[in-house]
Amino acid sequence: MPQFAVPEHAEEGKFVGRRITRVENITLLKGKGQFVDDLPTKKGTAEVAILRSPHAHAEVVSIDYSDALALPGVFAVITGEDMLAETDPMIVGFENPIDYRGVALDKVRYVGEPVAVIAARDRYTAEDAMDLVKVEYKVLKPVIDPVEAAKPEAPLIHTKGDSNCVSRRTFTHGEPDDAFAAAKRTNEITIRYPRNSITPMETYAVIAEHMEETGGFDVTSNFQGPFSVHTVMAMALRIRTSALRHHSPTNSGGSFGSKLTIFPYVVVMCVLARKAGRPVKWIEDRLEHLSSANSAPNRVTRIEAAYDDDGIVSALRMEHWDDHGAYLRAPMPAPIYRMHGVSTNGYDIRHLEVVNNIMITNKCPTGAVRGFGGPQLYFAVERMMQVIATELGIDPLEMLRRNLIKAEQFPYKAIAGALIDSGDYHRTVDETVDQGGLEELKKRRDAARAEGKLYGIGYAACVEPSQSNMGYISTLKTGLERERAGPKDGAVATVTVSVDALGSVNVIGDSVPQGQGHQTTLSQIVADELGLRPHDVVVTLDTDTAKDGWSIAAGNYSCRFAPASCSAAHEAAVKVRTKMARIAATTLNVGVDEIEFTKGKIHAKSNPDNAVPFYRVGGLAHWSPSSLPDEMDPGLRETSHWNAPELTPTTANDEINTSLAYGFGFDFCGVEIDPKTGQVRVDKYVSAHDCGTILNPGLAEGQIRGSYVAAIGATLMEEFKYNEEDGSFLSGTFAEYLVPTAPEVPELTLIHPTPNPSPYTRLGAKGIAEGNQYTTPVCMANAVADALGRKDVSTPLTPSKVFEWLHDTEMQPKGATPPAPAKGKGQAIEGVGETLVPASPQEVWNILLDPEKMANVIPGCHELTEVGSNAYEAVVTLGVGPVKGKFDAKINLTDLDEPKSVTLSGTAQGTLGSSSGSGSVTLEAADGGTRVSYTYEVHLSGKVAAVGGRMVRGAARHLIDRFFKALVRQAGGEDDGGGGKRGLFRRGGS
Amino acid sequence: MTKMERAGRYPVEFNLNGEPVDGFASPRMLLSDFLRHEIGATGTHVGCEHGVCGVCTVKVDGKAVRSCLMFAVQAEGAEIETIEGMAEADGSFSALQEAFHQNFALQCGYCTPGVLMSLSEFLGRNPDPTEDEVKVALSGNICRCTGYHEIVQAAMDAAKAIREGAA
Repeated sequence: MPQFAVPEHAEEGKFVGRRITRVENITLLKGKGQFVDDLPTKKGTAEVAILRSPHAHAEVVSIDYSDALALPGVFAVITGEDMLAETDPMIVGFENPIDYRGVALDKVRYVGEPVAVIAARDRYTAEDAMDLVKVEYKVLKPVIDPVEAAKPEAPLIHTKGDSNCVSRRTFTHGEPDDAFAAAKRTNEITIRYPRNSITPMETYAVIAEHMEETGGFDVTSNFQGPFSVHTVMAMALRIRTSALRHHSPTNSGGSFGSKLTIFPYVVVMCVLARKAGRPVKWIEDRLEHLSSANSAPNRVTRIEAAYDDDGIVSALRMEHWDDHGAYLRAPMPAPIYRMHGVSTNGYDIRHLEVVNNIMITNKCPTGAVRGFGGPQLYFAVERMMQVIATELGIDPLEMLRRNLIKAEQFPYKAIAGALIDSGDYHRTVDETVDQGGLEELKKRRDAARAEGKLYGIGYAACVEPSQSNMGYISTLKTGLERERAGPKDGAVATVTVSVDALGSVNVIGDSVPQGQGHQTTLSQIVADELGLRPHDVVVTLDTDTAKDGWSIAAGNYSCRFAPASCSAAHEAAVKVRTKMARIAATTLNVGVDEIEFTKGKIHAKSNPDNAVPFYRVGGLAHWSPSSLPDEMDPGLRETSHWNAPELTPTTANDEINTSLAYGFGFDFCGVEIDPKTGQVRVDKYVSAHDCGTILNPGLAEGQIRGSYVAAIGATLMEEFKYNEEDGSFLSGTFAEYLVPTAPEVPELTLIHPTPNPSPYTRLGAKGIAEGNQYTTPVCMANAVADALGRKDVSTPLTPSKVFEWLHDTEMQPKGATPPAPAKGKGQAIEGVGETLVPASPQEVWNILLDPEKMANVIPGCHELTEVGSNAYEAVVTLGVGPVKGKFDAKINLTDLDEPKSVTLSGTAQGTLGSSSGSGSVTLEAADGGTRVSYTYEVHLSGKVAAVGGRMVRGAARHLIDRFFKALVRQAGGEDDGGGGKRGLFRRGGS
Repeated sequence: MTKMERAGRYPVEFNLNGEPVDGFASPRMLLSDFLRHEIGATGTHVGCEHGVCGVCTVKVDGKAVRSCLMFAVQAEGAEIETIEGMAEADGSFSALQEAFHQNFALQCGYCTPGVLMSLSEFLGRNPDPTEDEVKVALSGNICRCTGYHEIVQAAMDAAKAIREGAA
């Protein structure tokens, strides 16, 4: 197993830098973790189910939940009406027309938006009650694409505003216009970065209880921070922030950013708990998570570069349409602003123009996803670099080298404001190329190409920001607005180290871990300072906002732990050490600077025998305050609120040092494309990350490998898909939203370059968890572009997409008519077919127009009533795959040409979603009976579309089949048990 | 076979990690919910309830099973093994757990019980697997933290330790 270079200060006997096994494993490996749903709840705690919108955009005409409330075991139901009466909008960092309260008010704006929230004695009962809530919608036209949404004719999603673009800011750094005018060459590409997330295996979980004593609420959830959002919740609930007591348990089942946007549900559950008069617990299910929890913003970027014949880039222009879905949830639209300072990535580019359009569309609202704005930005920048290299005939790696910031330029002030602390990018690249075997890979490429194979090599570099400046989101305001609001900057981290009366050490902190091994790392840091072993230090990281030290930056996001929490832990440990050294100096009768801490003893440096046990000094501070040095406070508990002065506010000309520490990553890869299937096979993938001091190589390597595989998902498989026409959501299970499993992961060659510690963090550590989110998608896209000689590539690089790129021109057989594009962008279920019915056309016609007989023919039909001339209403029970439900159907018959043809059209609505469709039926006499020919087209929305993607076509065929078998039976044909005569039927294709 | 009523609650008894347990379940109650909320054995987690992610994997009569795809009443009389029964009698890690510990083969630990149950069944069938065979055996378990590399290494180490222990 490759080992990281051991950082310089990991001296003999120190634990920082060592591959210490995780203390967290002791419970987790035995199934004794403490995740939210593992915790005991108070007796009488209700469980919650949420009824969600099947429509992307619709007016909520009425909601009737009286039947649901009447169901035994149901305690309370809340809707938007309750939220409107009892909460204020959940605010974001700037004024906008969005009124967001966590449950739909007048309109639903995405599939999966909560409409009614039900508390019942258990989840099963709550879901039963869900089926009894009647919601009437008036469906509106949705808009899915962010560029379309910006057009004046697009449906307006939030009608208090006048555009779906809720913020547009232009940033000018340097003199981009002059640079473009003076440039010898320019080039431009447009990037479409898709929607995805990194879905944690544990979903959202909230337990909430109303506390009459404070008028507030007690909440336990797997919220991850930033705790600035605690304020948003309390303000929405109209309570004092101190009356919103939030606990996060010891364990959280992954997050990757996702669990930031649990906070609207916290607010909703608080309101529900108060109404139900008892604690409530909500555990999100997987469909809810995929459809409605979170997504990284998809983004369209038009990027333009100015450069010379040598490929030296002088200026970049970018316009982003950043798609945030239906609502903005704090701190959105942060991802695009978090990356603002490093808009020029690791390149020495001194002129820049950026236009940020923050777009609202009818999709799930966005939130944090590992990489936080970086994948979108770097995909554009790194594609641009490759396109320029290709145009100029320069090796793309040489192109990178010519533009990268040089070692002697650090700390480097990027043109948009990032103060890039340290690095030696050229050395990192050289080490990666040498150790990763690039020359060998090039030979493999040449050999493959000589055999006619489609083989490409891609490269990508990235600056990896860590520890966010709390002020960066203010960059979206104008200088004047910022001045009015007051300065925002810094990022405070809080850790407390205490030593008790028997000298045992306890550490608490605000890092809210989700599996990264924070307990282990902090024990290493504190043990080193106090001359102890890691297992002498007990680290407790569940949080309680009423008791713990924390500030607005608290939480687990944007690679905050290594630079921030570790610095705070180090500082708190040093404070404890300093105090104990003073006490020991008195006892040992030596100067304070003579004191050392080694192996559980405090002793004089020059005479180790002049020593006192660590625990005894701890005891003195508690048992004998009178024997402490003058003016020393008793006890041993030191809290560090650590902040870095480099995190300054946005300047008047919009420069912002968005993060504190900046690592560097460099990847290259070789891919081969199978021309028969379009599959991208990764031949070799090499990745290197310089993240400064490595605190624990086992943990650091885990972060890189985890990020790499998450990025493999984003690159090759994962995408939240929506029907562009009706906005229905199509990725509701892990069978639709594909994530990598063990056999699908290409081997990673991990290089450990020479580290360049950060001068701004106390241990020199920088974040490491996000690097491959930045590099891998574009590195592979560059390789595919290289293999295909193609300029326009996008992720995910699915076989069907790559196959289309390969074959869109050359594979079309001469003279063949291309298949007509399906309506609804190919997402409708369509089919044609015919069958022979043993009755005359007139008899068949009579059945089709007789409600009683049709009720027997329509699969799953319970009731069919004529409600007007050739208009019917029906109740049908239908199932697709794992879901089954009741639908209210409306059917109209038009274009009646007795007894020859008729058109059926209609809609169906139920808890599983809604559908609309039409079909035409033609009857003609044949073989002593009637040949019934039909075509149909069905659109689905809601749950059935989200989870049934793979199955609905088959299910539709099956239903049509059942329909005609029943028709044959009704017409007096023989019933073979399954219905219908075999051999008479020809299944309709779809 | 008696027909169960939807609203009814029926006694369910089985052996969990060698000890008899019992409780009441409605006919539609999932085995995963029964284990976690009726018995209180929360070591088995729930990840998708669609039978895709493998988080809820337990062993039923020796076979790895998705406990979200099985009703509690179907487990009547079965021998069920979960993560809680994996450690040695003295509380120390089994070879598989120890290999996970040494290899950093878990991060958040949420999928880990399911992964361990799948692997324990697999290594029982195939005590000397190749890395590729381990990967295929893991293809029904999604882990979003580790990237699988360390899990595969741990499985290989565990297989070796078990083989050597048995020899």
